[in-house]
Amino acid sequence: MTLREIKEILKAEIICGEEHLDIEIEFAGGSDLMSDVLAFGKPGLLLLTGLSNAQSVRTANIIDAKAIIYVRAKKPDKMGIALAKEKEIPLLSTHHMMYTACALLFNQGLPGVSSSSNQK
Amino acid sequence: MKKSDEHVLSQQFEIKGGDFSNAGKTSTSIKEILQEIGIDTSIIIRAAIAAYEAEMNVVMYAQRATLTLTITPERLCFKLEDEGQGIDNLDMAMQEGFSTATDEMREMGFGAGMGLPNIKRNADRFKIFSTPGKGTSLDLTFFLNQGE
Repeated sequence: MTLREIKEILKAEIICGEEHLDIEIEFAGGSDLMSDVLAFGKPGLLLLTGLSNAQSVRTANIIDAKAIIYVRAKKPDKMGIALAKEKEIPLLSTHHMMYTACALLFNQGLPGVSSSSNQK
Repeated sequence: MKKSDEHVLSQQFEIKGGDFSNAGKTSTSIKEILQEIGIDTSIIIRAAIAAYEAEMNVVMYAQRATLTLTITPERLCFKLEDEGQGIDNLDMAMQEGFSTATDEMREMGFGAGMGLPNIKRNADRFKIFSTPGKGTSLDLTFFLNQGE
């Protein structure tokens, strides 16, 4: 599924990274707790989060996530947007809450990241 | 082949406690360095996660710290030494979910008692020493060649 399709499913607004909408997304995970994202996240992840400070973008960058969807119409601060542009991480915002956003994507065939944590 | 103890790179980073706006910059820089060197991607991610969690621990709990990154042909090492409150009970601190975090820390998406377990899970070797009232040091090793 492309990020463009995800944008349509979630009726999301693009915050930055419009030029990357055709990237393929293979799995997603949602959390407001960045330590959890660091534990379950894998390269290629689509991150859904309600955490709108710069740490969400830093966390996505650390694990090589492909994009971030902010739920509940949240938007990151200027520092987060600047870092996302620098690291070429597309940011989108949807009015849906976390549960609904995840369910909409799952029902359209986007699986969740496997539950095994990052392992050596 | 270079001998095993020969350093390819050694670099120090200073981390300020309480500096939430810059939290994560050091580990982002470290990740960039590892990418420039051309280290295997899976090792970079494990090392970056460990560095990020360690950096957040300093920002949240210590006054300051020095993180030394050393890379040899065989291994990548982080030595982090902080000046801070230290950890009273290391066994408790290593348990997932145990935390003494404040609301400000939790608003950053951290402070849920996952930091040290995440660091240990990602490092090939993990050593922690702490003196309550003085500070904590971490020694982390990541082997660059399979089978070690």
